[in-house]
Amino acid sequence: MKKYSPSEEVDFVVIGSGAAGAVMAKQLAVAGFSVVVMEQGPWGAYGHEQDYSKDELSNRFPAPDDELISDPSKYRNTFRRNASEKAVAGNHSFGCVVGGGTVTYGASSWRHMPYEFDEASRYGTMKGTGIADWPISYKELEPYYVQAEWEIGISGPDLKTPLIAPMSKPYPCPPLPIKSSGALVQKAAEKLNLVVTPNVAAIITKPYNGRSACINCGMCSGYGCQVKARSSSAVSLLPIAVATGNCEIRAHSVVREISVSPAGRATGVIYLDKKNDNREVFQKAKCVVLSANGTETPRLLLMSKSGLFPQGLANSSGIVGKYLMTGNGGGASGLFSDPLNEYKGCVTGAAVLSYVPNDVKGRGWYGGGRMTARGQQSPIQYGLSGPRNAPSWGAGYKKALIEQANRRLTMVNFISQMPIETNMVDLDPDMKDAWGLPALRITTTSHENDMKGVRFFIEKSVEILKAAGATEVWADTPSDSRGGAHARGTCRIGNDPKTSVANKYHRAHDVPNLFIVDGSSLVTGGRNHPTMTISALAYRCAEHLVKAAKAGNVTI
Amino acid sequence: MSDTRRTFLLKGFSAGTTAWLAANWPTQVAAAEAAQAMGNFTFFTPAQAMEIDAMAAQIYPSDSTPGAKEAQVIYFIDLALVTFAQDKQEIYKKGFGELAAKTGNRPLGAMPVADQIALLTSIQTTPFFRTVRDHTIMGMFAAPQHGGNFQKAGWKQIGFDDSLNFRAPFGAYDKA
Repeated sequence: MKKYSPSEEVDFVVIGSGAAGAVMAKQLAVAGFSVVVMEQGPWGAYGHEQDYSKDELSNRFPAPDDELISDPSKYRNTFRRNASEKAVAGNHSFGCVVGGGTVTYGASSWRHMPYEFDEASRYGTMKGTGIADWPISYKELEPYYVQAEWEIGISGPDLKTPLIAPMSKPYPCPPLPIKSSGALVQKAAEKLNLVVTPNVAAIITKPYNGRSACINCGMCSGYGCQVKARSSSAVSLLPIAVATGNCEIRAHSVVREISVSPAGRATGVIYLDKKNDNREVFQKAKCVVLSANGTETPRLLLMSKSGLFPQGLANSSGIVGKYLMTGNGGGASGLFSDPLNEYKGCVTGAAVLSYVPNDVKGRGWYGGGRMTARGQQSPIQYGLSGPRNAPSWGAGYKKALIEQANRRLTMVNFISQMPIETNMVDLDPDMKDAWGLPALRITTTSHENDMKGVRFFIEKSVEILKAAGATEVWADTPSDSRGGAHARGTCRIGNDPKTSVANKYHRAHDVPNLFIVDGSSLVTGGRNHPTMTISALAYRCAEHLVKAAKAGNVTI
Repeated sequence: MSDTRRTFLLKGFSAGTTAWLAANWPTQVAAAEAAQAMGNFTFFTPAQAMEIDAMAAQIYPSDSTPGAKEAQVIYFIDLALVTFAQDKQEIYKKGFGELAAKTGNRPLGAMPVADQIALLTSIQTTPFFRTVRDHTIMGMFAAPQHGGNFQKAGWKQIGFDDSLNFRAPFGAYDKA
């Protein structure tokens, strides 16, 4: 792998190596630019994926270099429901390894719907929310969805229904097995007249781009993929970037500041080299691409305060970190008389699409959601969480544990959530993370509209499970989200510098050679399946950036 | 073999400990392997091991199918406490005192089963009991090379096949 000296001014520093950062790095490196990718997490099994362990115990208690997801005891964060509360220690975490969240995610890869790009014009704004139109349409983004799906490697059904976004090209791989969870939900769908499809996933089902197909090992979400069937950034994109000879990935590198010149241009980044006593290093760059995720991106901008940017970098609007959408769920579970064996295969069996569209008149709330059928429980997790309606130990526990094993189906739902200005990421005034940097603080309370959505999907889940023939059904308690891997909206793109952080090409309004592209770019949240849209936005941003850079527009 | 005079089975690390354990706690694992090969323990004294073994036997009892005793969960816990669960040592050390206060220093396993269950029920909300409960369950269902789940006894009970390579159909409902 090419190595650059920090004092050497590279064309681009890309902060983050996940769904967006890897796309940016790959596209820029292939175009001939010098690129350094900063990743605060470890390498994982990058380049030797066969070493990814499927051992549940070691996955639960990883050694520091084997951590794939941020540990909140080091990547500390705090949480509060509203600004009048004192924030308490939080459990927010995110994929934190070369490849980011794509190394361990469930890999659902749904596109946003066309009507999720102009919701304000189409449906009107709602009091107390920040619903706004995106500066781009679905039609403008569609070719980049195709590019992302084919370069990354997505499997899914070839389906013509208004319940999915129109596609100019089908998915490159056929869908994953629907599993018993999917088959049961299909059975219910026939009674309830619902549309059910196999999941769309970044998991390949046939040999593709030099990688082999999924073997349905079952230790999937939360684990690295040992056969490289999960199309993570680390196996689908970063190797191509590195192979150009133009791209260096620097793992274990915690960026604490994007530095600026007196003229207000980004000059590079200051990072802590974890493998070198957290020594501070300045990496010089002509242009900075920020793709650190929906919570780390705004945090870094807010940490990058200077005389020129007293509110944090690229924050003249004051909205960096605001309009946070953490993602709502809620569903129900049921037991069936025969084994589903959901522990085999990927996490999601099938998706129910019928409630994706809005139906304000019919349902009394704005938004929608995608329901997924799953039941995956690995042995330790199942044992610790225990069977339904049983003691937590002893003969009764053991009996119920054995009886209920592999018989559970859970509807896990991905539900829309309104962007609200007071829901935000900022810097905790007191707590520091393990590197002495201000801890992330999350403040969030969902709009009542969204809690109606959560209750709706819980009821629908119960209905589906009963129709599928469950012998016992129990509903989740409606609960508002507190953080997690689907954080979005915190550096929204837009045409007006007063109400958005970056323009439609992701160039920061305030800093001409800073580009911000990741989950934070999303203006509205979609149905809480953000990754495919993040990747498509990155492909579109990269195309623009390559053109601009070749014209000397960001590298002067 | 009575519970009070029970001797621990000789325990071999049949498949070798995981690379993960050996890489991260090499000294501890080497000591534990040597001790366990002799039927001994690394963290526990023999008396302590009998107490935890007795607790584990009530938490995950033996009936027509193996329980924590047959799955050799005690070895899992002993190894855990010198490796990934070192931070739980203090809970155990304190817990032995709490348990002795309840049993009047008699071996737990020597009491009638109903009395053992009643005693454990009276401490079931304590950090000590909860930790032993969680460790017992982990020992039932973690991979055998971690010391418990002997001959995959736990996995067999809950129908978990560790082949890690499957073809659909997976269950009873996705059959064509």
